[in-house]
Amino acid sequence: MTATIAPSAPKPVEPGAAPPVEERKSLSRWIPAVAILGVWIVLWSFTNGTSTLALPGTSRTGLHDSLTEFQNDLLAGRSTNPVMQFTNAIADALRSAVEWLQRMVVLPNFPRPVPEVGWLGIVAFATYVGLLVANWRIALLVAASFLSFGVFGYWQDSLDLLIITGISVLLAVLIGLPLGVLIGTNRRANQVVTPFLDFMQTMPTFVYLLPIVLFFGIGPSAAVVSTLIYALPPLIRIAGFGIREVSATTVEATDSAGQTYWQRLLKVQVPMARKTIIVGLNQTTLAALSMATLAAFVNGPGLGKPVLAGLRINDVGTAFVPGALIVVMAVMLDRTTTAASERAEKVARGGGGNPRVRQGLIIGGGVATLVAIYLSRTYVSLAEFPTYTIGDRVASATSDGVDWFTDTFGGATEWVKDLITNQFLNRTQALLADSPWWLAFAAIAALAFVFGGVRAFISTVVCLTGIWYFDLWHDAMITLNMTLVATVLVMILAIVFGVWMARDRRVDVGIRPILDAGQTIPPFVYLIPVLALFGPSRFTAITAGIVYAAPAAIKLVADGVKAVSPTTIEAGRSTGQTTWQEITKVQLPMAKGSIVLATNQGLLYVLAMTVIGGLVGAGALGYDVVYGFARSEAWGKGLAAGITIVLLGVMLDRITRAAAEVRRDDGPTTRRAFNVRLPIGPPR
Amino acid sequence: MTAALSVDNLWKIFGASADKIIGTPDAELSRADLKAKTNCVVGVKDVSFEVAPGEVFVVMGLSGSGKSTLVRLLTRLIEPTSGTVSLNGMDITSASASQLRDVRRKQVSMVFQHFGLLPHRQVIDNVAYGLEVRGVAKKDRRAKAAEIVELVGLQGYEKSYPDQLSGGMQQRVGLARALAGDPEMLLFDEPFSALDPLIRRDMQNEVIRLHRELGKTMVFITHDLAEALKLGDRIMILRDGEIVQIGTPDEVVAQPADDYVKDFVSEVPKAHVLTLKWVMREPRPGESMDGPALPVSTIVRQAARAAIASDAPIRVMDGDTMVGVVDEEDIMRVVVAEEES
Repeated sequence: MTATIAPSAPKPVEPGAAPPVEERKSLSRWIPAVAILGVWIVLWSFTNGTSTLALPGTSRTGLHDSLTEFQNDLLAGRSTNPVMQFTNAIADALRSAVEWLQRMVVLPNFPRPVPEVGWLGIVAFATYVGLLVANWRIALLVAASFLSFGVFGYWQDSLDLLIITGISVLLAVLIGLPLGVLIGTNRRANQVVTPFLDFMQTMPTFVYLLPIVLFFGIGPSAAVVSTLIYALPPLIRIAGFGIREVSATTVEATDSAGQTYWQRLLKVQVPMARKTIIVGLNQTTLAALSMATLAAFVNGPGLGKPVLAGLRINDVGTAFVPGALIVVMAVMLDRTTTAASERAEKVARGGGGNPRVRQGLIIGGGVATLVAIYLSRTYVSLAEFPTYTIGDRVASATSDGVDWFTDTFGGATEWVKDLITNQFLNRTQALLADSPWWLAFAAIAALAFVFGGVRAFISTVVCLTGIWYFDLWHDAMITLNMTLVATVLVMILAIVFGVWMARDRRVDVGIRPILDAGQTIPPFVYLIPVLALFGPSRFTAITAGIVYAAPAAIKLVADGVKAVSPTTIEAGRSTGQTTWQEITKVQLPMAKGSIVLATNQGLLYVLAMTVIGGLVGAGALGYDVVYGFARSEAWGKGLAAGITIVLLGVMLDRITRAAAEVRRDDGPTTRRAFNVRLPIGPPR
Repeated sequence: MTAALSVDNLWKIFGASADKIIGTPDAELSRADLKAKTNCVVGVKDVSFEVAPGEVFVVMGLSGSGKSTLVRLLTRLIEPTSGTVSLNGMDITSASASQLRDVRRKQVSMVFQHFGLLPHRQVIDNVAYGLEVRGVAKKDRRAKAAEIVELVGLQGYEKSYPDQLSGGMQQRVGLARALAGDPEMLLFDEPFSALDPLIRRDMQNEVIRLHRELGKTMVFITHDLAEALKLGDRIMILRDGEIVQIGTPDEVVAQPADDYVKDFVSEVPKAHVLTLKWVMREPRPGESMDGPALPVSTIVRQAARAAIASDAPIRVMDGDTMVGVVDEEDIMRVVVAEEES
């Protein structure tokens, strides 16, 4: 019933009172950091190559085998273990839901030789939905997208992917909206749920596939469960955030009119948060799409499968067409949900066009859709998408193009690759991975202490101990190295482009749509063009990670720099500062919070991508996971690698967060951004 | 006659286990000392006052003086730590959630500094919101809201959205929303602080007009002394959550309770506030008694012309009895004193 107002932050002293205690300006953190690095290098030069705990790619340790054993035991006791019975029941329900939908729209529904509704009906229905929720332009986009799925020869995979995505989003909404409302209105619930969300979002997508397979089997059920787990946090988080952000004055003012809890929720909080909630839905949909693609690893149906098949044999041509269709689907879903929210906004404000015209559209479109569905049920040619060869032709043209490119520019790309690999990657890798494990352990923990304080130090020691325990220390250091190198490159890009965008509106207007588009594309797809350019290697994985992480990081930095108060900049200018001084003395220091946040995000994105990069020759932990999928006797090693990746992620996240928290000049925007960390996609 | 609002020994302390502080010696500590000792912050400290029906009661203080907390305690938008609040004899502090809701729906409405309008609703539905949560049918509440919209001078803007209106107009919507439920009492929490001076003056006049027309009891929070003097029947001055002084505008200006209040009122044009009561004196022997007669409540400025025009001093009357005299020089002393300060 009552709004609580917390006691305000320490007030500035009033005239007459003693001046505030002078804060001791601590030593710049970079001095001890460089010192630690120096000691590390000196010790390394004596000890490198010893006690590195390197484990060859195909060998396992006793721990790994006992994990495999554990899995076998669980599987053997499947029929008696209540947890397994429960998860299996869920898996069965999900599988039958997916299969029922497949029989409705893509697979023959016995005794019919074709699905209940054929392609014409589906295209008409999807177009009609686009028209209803958005406008005719979106309807055209939807129609064109669906037709392209069929014309390029991936009708069934495309619809399978949509089915997995759709079911996951539906479940995410059913679970996520109530939870979002709960954490938005109840502070204690928020404190309980937030660490779980943090953890779920820190975990690289690739990692939870292995345990999910154990409990839910492979195929559609595992695909839906993993997609749901990945897609749920953004919705909960953004919905909760939207509700919490509703103006306290408005809540208080309407409370003072004597409203009940439900009146406040339904008439004030939810309507005022509606726009944000729809952003959450958009994010969740795109997250679901990107995870549903990756679920090909667990034999999840959809476009991910042909992409994966292509990547496995390093055949860019094969992967290209389905990859492009995934992009088409992502753009379609993004544009449709965005336009739907814009339309909802317009309708809520009494707009939305002439109701009579609209009514005509609804009825006319509905009738046309029904006719199309009827026709598609009656004529086989309208039920099964006709076969075109254009998809194959594009694939072989792409292969030829890639070959030509490699022949012509191979030297140049090779040169870049070798330069970065030899000058940068190999050197830092030597330090991290060839140090004795205890040296690297101590050095990383010390650096964590310098940058993040005691709490980060403790988290780091716990995580490193876990990594050591799981017997993949050497691989973990190689993955960590790739992640760090890629993040450094991401941050260079982020600061250069971020500052440029913030300072020049035209640059912002030009670049931002590209970044937005980049963020809507599922990460899996990035691998394809990068693989085409550089072939399978560590460098390829790093490049894909950079491409994946850069848009988010650039936007964060740009927004942070842009948020610097114009008054402060004006005041600085009035003292006659140069542009360079303005950037380095005012804008960047004041945007520090955003830069730390961008680093945090960059690290997690890049880590996720370097792990997926195991598929394209990045080796290390990513390879261990892939290997665990492929060989049943290596399952335990795959799981150990997965856990190690999570530990790396948690460690990096804790250090960067703590680094952000110890700054006192952090604006509320940074704190807020940390609260709604988005796995993908722009906060609009 | 029962008071419209009666507040007794009201406390609000923010912080953990705040309720254990009251009654202990800690409660006597200054705000800063208490903060240092217990990490609790005193919002409102042992405040008691009464407001008569139809009165405009102004609570005034600087930011941090506890005035906004106080007004929220009155309908328990913030829970008091101890003490009682009674509205027309009904104890609010012990009311159940549903009783409290009823009070908020029917008896007391509030106007906020930052308006607190619902951005997704048109003006008319914002105004009708209080009726809506009560369960009034749509047609009836819209009809009532339309009346009120007209009363506050917003006719023609019923279908607009809050973000299409200027600050002053938005606050008119806030005012209309508060009036729509036909409450007995209106609470204003610095309603005009966010408005620019000209609009603020208009809105103050609007409140004066509405008070004249509707005669509601009003509790008005402000940090602006001129506003307090202009609107208030009585003024209560708060500092660090404590009452410093309660009195009519002329009392506050003429007899500041302490240096704090004195400092506050030092810039006030006294001739515009003080009444003859504060400048009159005993007639000197031999003084002419045939000057004009003015009531004792006449503002000094208004008496100036008469005093200058007349050779004999003004006779100050309380009803039919003469209570003192004022001459040109007495009035000049008020005006000149001001110019020198």
